[in-house]
Formats: sequence, structure tokens, C-alpha cells
Amino acid sequence: MNNLFHSTLGKKYIMALTGAGLFGFVVMHMLGNLQVFLGQEAINRYAHFLQSSKELLWSARIGLLVMVGLHVWSAVKLSAENKAARPVGYLNNPTPAAASYASRTMLMSGLIIAAFIVYHLLHFTVKVEAVNLVGLDFGKLHEQDLTGRLRADVYRMIILGFKVPVVSVFYMIAVGLLCLHLSHGISAMFQSLGLRNKAWWPVLQQSAKGAALVLFLGYIAVPVAVLLGLLKE
Amino acid sequence: MEKGMNLTLIVWRQKDAKSKGSFATYAARAVNPDMSFLEMLDVVNDDLIQRGEEPIAFDSDCREGICGSCSCVINGVPHGGQKATTACQLHMRMFKDGDTITIEPWRASAFPIVKDLVVDRSAFDRIIQAGGFVSVRTGGAPDGNAILVPKEDCDLAMDAAQCIGCGACVAACKNASAMLFVSAKVSHLGLLPQGQPERDRRVLNMVAQMDAEGFGSCTVTGSCEAVCPKEITLDNISRMNGDYAVAMVKGK
Repeated sequence: MNNLFHSTLGKKYIMALTGAGLFGFVVMHMLGNLQVFLGQEAINRYAHFLQSSKELLWSARIGLLVMVGLHVWSAVKLSAENKAARPVGYLNNPTPAAASYASRTMLMSGLIIAAFIVYHLLHFTVKVEAVNLVGLDFGKLHEQDLTGRLRADVYRMIILGFKVPVVSVFYMIAVGLLCLHLSHGISAMFQSLGLRNKAWWPVLQQSAKGAALVLFLGYIAVPVAVLLGLLKE
Repeated sequence: MEKGMNLTLIVWRQKDAKSKGSFATYAARAVNPDMSFLEMLDVVNDDLIQRGEEPIAFDSDCREGICGSCSCVINGVPHGGQKATTACQLHMRMFKDGDTITIEPWRASAFPIVKDLVVDRSAFDRIIQAGGFVSVRTGGAPDGNAILVPKEDCDLAMDAAQCIGCGACVAACKNASAMLFVSAKVSHLGLLPQGQPERDRRVLNMVAQMDAEGFGSCTVTGSCEAVCPKEITLDNISRMNGDYAVAMVKGK
């Protein structure tokens, strides 16, 4: 147990396991988002379904928060140790042999994504009016479901939110960085957990890149559709 | 006089562990393309000695690529970047007339500089002492075929055993991680029946020593594998990660 939190390998397991959990969330979240293409009724019903059980909602939220916390904690701790292990670099800072761009920038891409998540939560979850740049309180967007009960109008919130080009571009950049992060992270976590071998490694590496690309396309589809006017109020 | 290559060398010079080093520029004239990299340094040193200057200190021993002594970062790449080649086996024909070559020591806080290009790699010795061995009964020579070893395991163990402990993996890694070295030693013994009794203890102790020496962690960039003169693969690191997890879960 001591080894899990104090050894370099233990911290890598924490990083990999929480990364795997967060990857699962990112996949589910994308599938949820894409329901916007099924129309107002579908996405609003789905959003209401997620919000309806406070017990499950907060279990999921606390679980995600713990995973993010451990993922960031291990990253910061390991990065500091890595920096201390190589205090002096080489002349003219040559690129380390064979190291991909994604693998060299994991900390940076991760920190930018973390900053984006804070904004994203304020934007669409906490619904802070000041950050949506629309001049409208998203918390007041409601509609009636088929039985006449009032529920949050997530469909209109998405469209109004992404109609602001600056917000959409920031979103797409953040998602791009997330997928860069995942293009390395998904395969590296297998290595960190000792689940790599000669036969599967090339498949894992290609699958990681493929999954990252699919996620990128799935996520940017929503703001792109809104900006192109394919999704209307 | 035989015509050769004229090169400019930018070399890290550092008097001792305590002094602050700096780069110095030297001209290497009429270099024979058939020389090894270290022979070229010998010639440059002869010249420096004749001029009454301090020769460039560098490590070397067997000069046939099997002892793991040579340790220069050449143009930013440990051992110079030729596939599966130590610096002593790198030949000057790999360079062009007029080239400028930078030569630096391994850079890692766990490998303090002794002088110029010579670093202290005793951290590796301490990692081996922590568990890179098997305790066997000595006595009468056992029958060579008494313990069966599957051919696949034998091959993998022998691949891992090729590691000469030069430290190029540490020098190449952006985190100065020793994972490739440690995992080669853990794999080499852990794959064989003789290594089983101490398998859990070995990986825990060697990793603990690796961490204590101040090496970084693995971020799976693959730099170590790319520069390794013995082509040790990242598969070994994965095997060690798995072994460590098993030992940890067992509560050893």
C-alpha cells in the first residue's frame, strides 16, 4: 500500500487507472452529446434522466472528482521528480530520440485541459451567466416535456452557447488537446499497468490514435454543426 | 600526409565533480574515416598532451561494444544515434568533412560527473546489489539439462541479458529514468526458473533502490529503446510493471 503512493511505479498505476476511468467518462460524455442530433426532445430527455437521481449524480460527480484529483496529483508529483532527475539538459535542447510530440507534452496538454474543464463546468453545469458571453442566464432556459412538466432546455443552451465563435473555438482547441493527450495516454496506460506485449503493442498504439481521432470528430461535431447553422433553435 | 576529415568538436570540459564545467571547442584535423569515435578522441588527446593541455577524460574499456563503459552523448544522442551501436563502435565515416560535433556526458542527477565526459554510474551497481542476482547452491556442477526452460522464455531472458548497463537509456530519457536498465535485469532473472524464488522481492527492492537513487519515471516516450546499443525493448518495462503490481498486491 505504501508502495502504491510512494514508488514511481505505484504512482504510474494511479495515473493509468484514473486515466482509464476518465477515458470511459469521455466516451460516455461524447455519446451523450451526440444525442443533440436526435433533436430537442431526445437530448432534453437524456439530460433530465441524468439529473433526476441526485444520489447517482453526486456519486458520479464525486467519483470523477477523485479520479481527476489523483490523476493530477500523480502527474504533478512525477513531473517534479522527473525534472529533478534531469536538472541539466543537452546543448541546444535536442528532441529526445523517438519521443512523439504527444508524449513530450502530456503535462502541458493535461493542465490546459484541466483549465478548460473548470470553464466548461462554469459554462454548462453551474451556468454562470458571465462566462457564456451570450448575455443570458442558461439556468433560466426551460421547456415543458410531453406531460407538461418543466425541465431544463439543454438543446437551446447548447445551440446558444456554441453560437459564440470564441467559445466554440476554445472548446475545439481544448478537445483537440484532449485527443492529443489521449493519443499517447490510451496506449501508455497499458504499458504502465504491465499489459503490453510484442504482439499487441502495435495494435494498441494504432487503436489509441484511432480512438483519439473518433473522439475528436465526435466532440467537435456539435459546435461545428451549430456554427454552420445545421442545428437550429 | 594522408588526407582525412577536418572536424570541429564542441566538448564539455569539467575539472572535477565540484567545479562548474563549460563547453570548449577543438579542431580535429586529418581524421581517418576508419577510426572509431573513441580513437578520434585519442588522436585529439595526443595533440592536447603535446601542446601541454589537459586531455579530454572519457570512459572506455573493451572498445568492442560489450563492456558498457563508453558514455558520450554525441550531437544530442547517447552513443551517437547509429542503431544498436556503442560510441566505441561508431566510426568516423558516419560523419562528413567539415562537421561540427557536440560531445557531452550522460546528464542525470543520479549520474554525477566525475570529470569531463566521465560520470559515476555506481547507482546502477547499487540497484544490482538490491536484487539483481539469484541465490543458488554452489557445489557440484548440476546437470545442464536438469531444469527445463521453455525456448521462448530462454530467448526473451537472453534478449534482456544483453543489457551492458551503459546507462544510455537514462541519458536519452527526458526524465532520466532507469526503467529500461532495471526492467532488463528484472526480466532476465524473472523469466528463468532459477529466478523465481526471489522474483517478488527482487522487483520491489530494485525499484525501491532505483527511486532512492533519484532516477525519473517512465512516460513511455520510447527514447531509451531507440538509443539502446543492445536493443533492449519497452516490453521489458511492461513486464517489470506487471511483476511489481503482482508483488505489491501480494503484500510482499
